[in-house]
This record gives sequence, C-alpha cells and structure tokens, in this order.
Amino acid sequence: MSDEGSDRPDFGIYVHWPFCLAKCPYCDFNSHVSRNVDQARWARALARELEHAREMTGPKSVQTIFFGGGTPSLMEAETVGHVLDTIARLWHVDDHAEISLEANPTSADAGRFTGYRAAGVNRLSLGVQSLDAKDLRFLGRMHSVDEALDAIALARATFPRISFDLIYARPEQTVAAWQAELSRALDFAADHLSLYQLTIEEETSFARLYERGAFKVPDGPLSAALYEATQAICAEAGLPNYEISNHARPGAECRHNLLYWHYGDYVGAGPGAHGRLGGRDKQATRTLKAPGAWLASVEEKGHGIEAIEPISLAEQADEMMLMGLRLGEGIDPLRYASLAGAALDETRIERLTGDGLLRRLPNGRLAASPEGRLVLNAVLAELLA
Amino acid sequence: MLYPRPMSDKNPTDLAHIRNFSIIAHIDHGKSTLADRLIQLCGGLTQREMKEQVLDSMDIERERGITIKAQTVRLDYTYKNGELYELNLIDTPGHVDFAYEVNRSLAACEGSLLVVDASQGVEAQTLANVYQAIEVNHEIIPVLNKIDLPAAEPERVREQIEEVIGLDTSNAVEISAKTGLGIEAVLEAIVERLPSPKGDATAPLKAMLVDSWYDSYLGVVVLVRVIDGEMRKGQRIKMMASGGAYTLDQVGIFRPKKENVAALGPGEIGFFTASIKEVADTRVGDTVTEERRPCAAALPGFRPAQPVVFCGLFPVDASEFEDLRDAIGKLRLNDASFEFEMETSAALGFGFRCGFLGLLHLEIVRERIEREFNIDLITTAPSVVYHLYMTNGDMIEMHNPADMPDVVKIDHIEEPWIRATILVPDEYLGSILKLCEDRRGRQVELTYAGSRAMLVYRLPLNEVVFDFYDRLKSVSRGYASFDYHIEGYETGDLVRMSVLVNEEPVDALSMVVHRARAEQRGRAMCEKLKELIPQHLFKIPIQAAIGGKVIARETISALRKDVTAKCYGGDITRKRKLLDKQKEGKKKMRQFGRVDIPQDAFIAALKMDEN
Ligand SMILES: Nc1nc2c(ncn2[C@@H]2O[C@H](COP(=O)(O)OP(=O)(O)OP(=O)(O)O)[C@@H](O)[C@H]2O)c(=O)[nH]1
Ligand code: SF4
Ligand SMILES: [Mg+2]
Repeated sequence: MSDEGSDRPDFGIYVHWPFCLAKCPYCDFNSHVSRNVDQARWARALARELEHAREMTGPKSVQTIFFGGGTPSLMEAETVGHVLDTIARLWHVDDHAEISLEANPTSADAGRFTGYRAAGVNRLSLGVQSLDAKDLRFLGRMHSVDEALDAIALARATFPRISFDLIYARPEQTVAAWQAELSRALDFAADHLSLYQLTIEEETSFARLYERGAFKVPDGPLSAALYEATQAICAEAGLPNYEISNHARPGAECRHNLLYWHYGDYVGAGPGAHGRLGGRDKQATRTLKAPGAWLASVEEKGHGIEAIEPISLAEQADEMMLMGLRLGEGIDPLRYASLAGAALDETRIERLTGDGLLRRLPNGRLAASPEGRLVLNAVLAELLA
Repeated sequence: MLYPRPMSDKNPTDLAHIRNFSIIAHIDHGKSTLADRLIQLCGGLTQREMKEQVLDSMDIERERGITIKAQTVRLDYTYKNGELYELNLIDTPGHVDFAYEVNRSLAACEGSLLVVDASQGVEAQTLANVYQAIEVNHEIIPVLNKIDLPAAEPERVREQIEEVIGLDTSNAVEISAKTGLGIEAVLEAIVERLPSPKGDATAPLKAMLVDSWYDSYLGVVVLVRVIDGEMRKGQRIKMMASGGAYTLDQVGIFRPKKENVAALGPGEIGFFTASIKEVADTRVGDTVTEERRPCAAALPGFRPAQPVVFCGLFPVDASEFEDLRDAIGKLRLNDASFEFEMETSAALGFGFRCGFLGLLHLEIVRERIEREFNIDLITTAPSVVYHLYMTNGDMIEMHNPADMPDVVKIDHIEEPWIRATILVPDEYLGSILKLCEDRRGRQVELTYAGSRAMLVYRLPLNEVVFDFYDRLKSVSRGYASFDYHIEGYETGDLVRMSVLVNEEPVDALSMVVHRARAEQRGRAMCEKLKELIPQHLFKIPIQAAIGGKVIARETISALRKDVTAKCYGGDITRKRKLLDKQKEGKKKMRQFGRVDIPQDAFIAALKMDEN
C-alpha cells in the first residue's frame, strides 16, 4: 500500500514575498512594509534558496507553484520570471502545472498583470476582501470597490484561471447584508472563491482593538448562520465548497492548496516559509521570518532555513487528518492507519457519525459533514485526542 | 547578679530567669513579624540569616504569608539590670482551622502576648484566642501593633479591648513590628509582668508532649515543655499514655536553628529525638516521664484535633493511585490532624476520603500533594460528618454522601452545628444577618462594642463549609471576621441531592442538603456546572435530583462553531501543536460518559454566588 493511499498528492513549490504597501489590521502573515526593495538581489536570493531546496528534494516533477505573501503583486514581472526560470532549471515542471500568484487589486498592481502572465503565471488570486466601501476601510485595505472590480475584470481577461478572497463575519454584519454582498460578488466571480470568516489573530491591531472593546464580532450562533448562508448561496451558484473556506466549480479547485490538504510534499522558499519534504521520512523546514535576516542567511549560507524538524509518523498521521478533514472529499482511513500504525478508533468514529458530524463515504473515505466542518477543531480533538 | 551560663554546654536555667509565652492574635495581625523582631533583638539570627516571618518555614506558609504550624524559639535576653533571661517564644497560627495549635501552645506557657492590629482592632480570632489564654490562667500582655500605619487608632483599640474582652490596657505596649518600634518595651514587659514557671528539678521527670514532626535527617522530633525533673541525652524515658519507652538520642532547643544542650530543666521548652519511627507513636498532650522513676500523676492531655470536613481526593490520572497513597501517607507523617481512608467512586475510580480541620487545611494538603508529589488531583464536594440513625437502632457516621443508604432504612439524620462569633462594623450588619439567616442560622446574641457588632450565631456546619467565609468577607468588604467551634449534633430534615450530567449520575457531585434549601442549591449547582463544563459537540443536560425527582436543570448547548478559517502549508505545525495541547488538556479532565469535566469543577460547582 502506498503512503498516500488514494490521495496521490502533487509536489509543489511555495515562494513567499514578504512585503506589503501597508499592514492590514487583521493580518498575522509574515508581511513587512518596505518600499525600497532591491528586487534583483531578492530574485537572486530566492533562486539560491531554491537551489538549496533542490539538493534536499532531489529530482522531482513539479505540479504546482504558488507565490504568496505579503503582496507578491509588488514583485516585478522580471522577478517572478527569474524565480520561475530557476524552478524550471532545477526541477521538471509539468506542462499543465498550476502557477498561482496572490495579488492586491490596486490599479498599480493590475498594471503588472500582463507581465506576470508572460512570465508564466496562469492563475491569479485577488485579495478583494469586501465589496463594501466602509468595510474596506475598516479592514485597512488600500483599494476601492471599483478598483477591485476593475482588477477582477482585467485578471479574468488576462489569466486562464482567477479567484478572489472575501472576508466576512465582520462586525455588525447581518446575514441579509452578507447574502447581498456575496450574491453581487458571485456575479463577478469566475470559477473559484475563497471566503474567510474574520478571525481576530493574536498580536494584530485588531486584537488590541478587540480587547479594548472597540468592536465585536459575530458570536457562535451568528457566525454559524453566516457560514451556512455562504454555503447555500455558493452551492446554488455552482461553486460548492470543497474546503472549509474555499469554493470552486468542480475541477477548478486550487491544486496547490489541495496539495496541502492532501498532505503532500512542498518546498517553502522565502522568509518565514514552511516546507514539508521527504515523504514518509517527513521533515518540516522553516525559514527565518525577518526579511533582513533571511536575506543575510541566504547570501551567507545559501539558504534561510532556521529549523529542520523531523515529523514522526504519528505526527504525520495527525497532520494528515487535520488537513484532510477540511476537504469535502475527506481522508483515506487506510492512509491514516499506515502512518499511525493503528486504525482510527472505531467507537469514536461511530459516536461522531452518530452525531452527524462525520460521514463514511461510499468510496471508503471518511469526511466531516457540513455540520462537522463547522466544529472541526472539536471533532479532531474528539477523534484524535 | 549575673547568672553564669556557659554557652557551649548549656545547663538548665534557674526558674526565676525563664519566661515562656505564646504570641496570639487574629490572622495577619503581625505575630510572626513580632517574632522576627524579638529574634533579631536577642541576636538569634544574623542580619544575613534574617528574612521576613522567618519562622514560617514551609513553602506554603511563605507563599500565603500565613502561619500554619506553631513554632518555638528560645531567646537570650539581657534585661536592663544586666541579668540574662531565657525567653521561650511560641508563634501560633491565627486561622481558625489551626486553633488546636494555639491550644497546645498555650498549655506550654505561663503567659501570652495578645497582638492586636491597631488599625483593625479586635477581631473574631482575637477573642477566641484570648479566651483560651484566660481559660488556662495566662498572664496576658496586650500589644498594639502596626502603629506606624496612618490608620492606626491605638486609643480606640485600647477602649475596645477593655470593653469587649475586659482586659486592662493601661500598660499595653504600642509597637510597630515592621519598623521595630517598641520591641524593647515588649521584652521588658515579658520579664517584668509574666510569671516565671514553677517546677522541681529533683523530682521525677514530668514533661508535656507539645508537638512532634518528622525530620528526614533526625526521624521524629518531639517538642516538650518540662514541668519537673530533667531530660538528658542517654536517659530512658516513657510516654505515659501511649506506653512507648525510648532512650534519648539528642536533647536541644531552637533559636530558631537547632542546637543541642546538655539538659532541659523545669520550665524549659525544647526538643528531643529518641529513634522514634513514626509521628503516630507520639501523642500530643502525652506525659513524658522517666522509665524507672515515673511521676505520680500524668497531665490531663488534650483532646485530639477532630477533622470536620471530609472530601474525596482522586488522581486525575487513574494510574497514579499508588503514588497518591504514598504521598498522603508521607504528609500524614507530619500532620496527624488529617485522616484518610480508601474510597471508590463509580465515576472517579480509586481515591481517598480525607478528613480535614477546615477548608484552608484541605486546600493546603491538596496543594502540597499536587506540588510536592506532582500529582494532579480531583477534589470532590466537601462534606461534614452526618449521624444516621437507622430504623434498626444502629448509628452510622457518614463521611460521604455517596454512601447514603436507602432512605427507608433511615429513621432520622443528625448534622453538626457550630457556634460562630462574627465581628462586623455596623454598616454591614444587615448583610451579615441576612447571610446567617439564609444559611439556616439561629441568632444567639447581638452586642455592640463601639461601632462594631458582635454577633453570635448557631449555624449548621454544612452551610458554612464551602463558601460561608468567602461570602462573609465579600458582603462586608473584608471587614467581618469569623470564628467558630463545633457545638454538637441536631436532627435535621436532610436529603441527598444527586447531580446528573448527560443523564448519568456523578457520585462525586452528590451532596447532603436541607430539604428547604435543596431547590436553591440544586439550581445554583446546575448553573455553576453550566459555566464550568465546556461546550461539547452535543448538548448536555445537567440535572439535580432528590430521589427520582428532578428539582433543577440546565442545558449546555452544543458547540456551533469551532473551526480555523485559514489553514495552509504554513499553518500545519501550529495546528498540530494545538491538537497536542488539546490532548494534554484532555488529561486534566475526567470523562463521565461522553462528557469531559475539568478537574477543578467539583469544588468550584459548590461556590454559590447569592444575589
Ligand atoms: N505596617 C505594618 N505592617 C505590619 C506590621 N506587623 C506586621 N505587618 C504586616 O502584616 C502582615 C501580616 O504579618 P504576619 O506577621 O505574617 O501576621 P501573623 O499574625 O503572623 O499572621 P498569621 O500567622 O497568618 O495569623 C504582613 O504583611 C506584615 O508585613 C507593622 O507593625 N506595621
Ligand atoms: S496585504 Fe495581505 S499580507 Fe499584506 S498586510 Fe494586508 S492582508 Fe497582510
Ligand atoms: Mg504568622
């Protein structure tokens, strides 16, 4: 039996661009505000780190590449091109590889779209976040609603595949208001949407404001209602969810992200990037978060890796579960057993299926029900803890 | 005349130059701090060795800033006439749970320093302790402490002491134990006003066993007060009540460091070791005499401290039961005042039913087990001891509500009642009266001393056990003080209330309540549990029931949303660590059916927020 069971995950490469024009108040990503970035130097450093990664992975076929951030749409097209050329030089990149880039929908970023397309990017993911002017300001975004809609239109004309993100469950948002906003968004959507409930992350400006009581977020029942309304509208529009917060027309799922949820191997390059390499001899890599420290390390040692941690089979089993159960398609219990050295606890599965939170699918896979996905953290604890 | 006393090989001091005294007071009025100053002034410790409340040596005492165990120190004091005096000081605990420590300390002395915080005045334990001292005919020196505080009102407090206790305060000493002001005057008063002990050095040995504890180096150490005769190394002694005979290995004193002496004579307080194996072989209050030349009459002895609060202690991790047995056994070596026996609970498995002197005592023992032996504990609902009179004429002492027999076999139940003394400023009297009435109290007396009311109430102990003291403090903003002693048993209309979580009875939460209070307690309990038990994936009914009848219920709704919105390649490690933490957290909970109940919920569920 293969380690991956029926999942057969892709192999991919994640490249992190850590810079943004401004820090959004909700954001806990590794992003830094810096306007004078020496792009040629960063391109060289990313290439060097990728060379180092190649030594760790050996020859492999790449199915997905993802530029995340930060704001990768602040990269010059030439920088993106240099990174992609490097990857193609080091690994075999499949003909139909998915190459995604995250972009902010300001007009300046949009000006670089054609350059990205020419460099090889074939999927763009736009951080629209809201179609409400007031809420865009609350979220600290640098673009207007019109700019966002223009960017979507341009992206659709430029790239074969596009997606955009929205953040909901915002302070004082009613179900009705969100339904209206989402319906409008669906008019502009292509075949993929990421819809995230606002989360107050530690050590962000929102966390400080929230603690001071400056605003409230929807409570459990309301946020559940918002989530359920979201699922219904998207399903109706032909974009059912395939993951907790991701919706796509069947076949249009983001392959790169599926790789994570299928618990496959991936290289992480750039500051604060994580990687998982080695198949069953899994190792987690993590690079230095601070851009300056990362750059110095790469230029000195050829990589910015701060820690390489072996992931035991039991840990792999847990990781595979907590990623896989996010997906509508669920996980392969045999793969779990092969990693954990023991099958999942039948009585726990029985209880959770009895409660309507888990489902056994006809193909033998185990999935969280829509209700179960809403309380996935607790389901995982009940199943694995 | 300068009394000659070689420092290296100390022989007994003559009686005229000995003074023995206890320091008594309400909790926190500054007994231990005064002891510090006395030790310092008499040169018992160097500046470097000195620390605050140096006699509070247990970790728990130091952390909580309270005295739990009485401590003895011998001081060498040169009076202003140049003569050297031997002063034996006993610092006592102020908290009511440890009143028996005060009792036996007083029996070893001729006088007491009654410390009263001049900013607080007379409090409930001031009264309780001073009455004990008067009862054993002590000469009492009133000491007004904390006069450095701006809020100190020594004049008012003097009046109060005269009015409430009836002690002459014309020669009370005003001090600040903190700054050291007035300490010399305290020492002079001790020499001048306290009587010296009486005794006969040539008579057969007669000594009172005041305390004993286990020392990992020396074995059992016994604290004694010599009445007649002498104790020397090598001497054969006998305990008159327990019958044990031993050869003395070491005879010594504390200053506060241990120091061996050649002999202890009449009137002196000191320790001996005699290869005694267990503290249980020594009985507090016993008379120590010579094996071959026993004294004529034994001392009257003390009534042993009786545990009044019982609860179950269970290891959170069932596999630690043997470790718990070991830990409890070891603690018991040094604390004869708590009892234990094995207990099995349907919900919690194997554990111990333990008896304590009060809630503070319970908390302290529990904390020591958790800390010193590293065992996580579940503590079940504290209960008092009920007397069940059965229809067949038997009487059963019930320590555990889970053991309640079938009600048809019970004729009637008696519960313990206490006599409580509460001192409270006028403006809070109303709330305190209400609290006592709510707790089935019966007023015995209400008198005034200035702007303070002194309230005597009879109360059922089971209404006082969990949270009466906390409530008392909170309704009086901390100004009320409270002391009690057990008075006896009375018949009560008592029933067992069981608690069902997710339809399953949890025996560790069952309790005995008065029928008239059952519904209120049941409701409070269900509400509390609703707060304490985390939401689960399914809804959880919580019910309180008497017999088969549900008297209160609450429902914990099912968790509606608990999921991370974003989880990509960079989040896996963090999510796995979260899962690991949940696994850890689960170990701190006990499962009842499918419900995880946090370990501290069993006690917390009993705390009622009235109002
Ligand atoms: N300002 C002031 N504070 C004092 C004085 N004497 C004691 N204290 C403080 O009062 C608190 C209680 O002092 P302790 O000496 O521990 O009191 P205690 O009577 O031994 O307390 P228990 O043994 O718990 O009954 C401590 O914080 C002392 O620092 C004093 O003369 N002045
Ligand atoms: S643009 Fe994106 S990465 Fe940058 S601060 Fe805002 S949310 Fe964070
Ligand atoms: Mg003290």
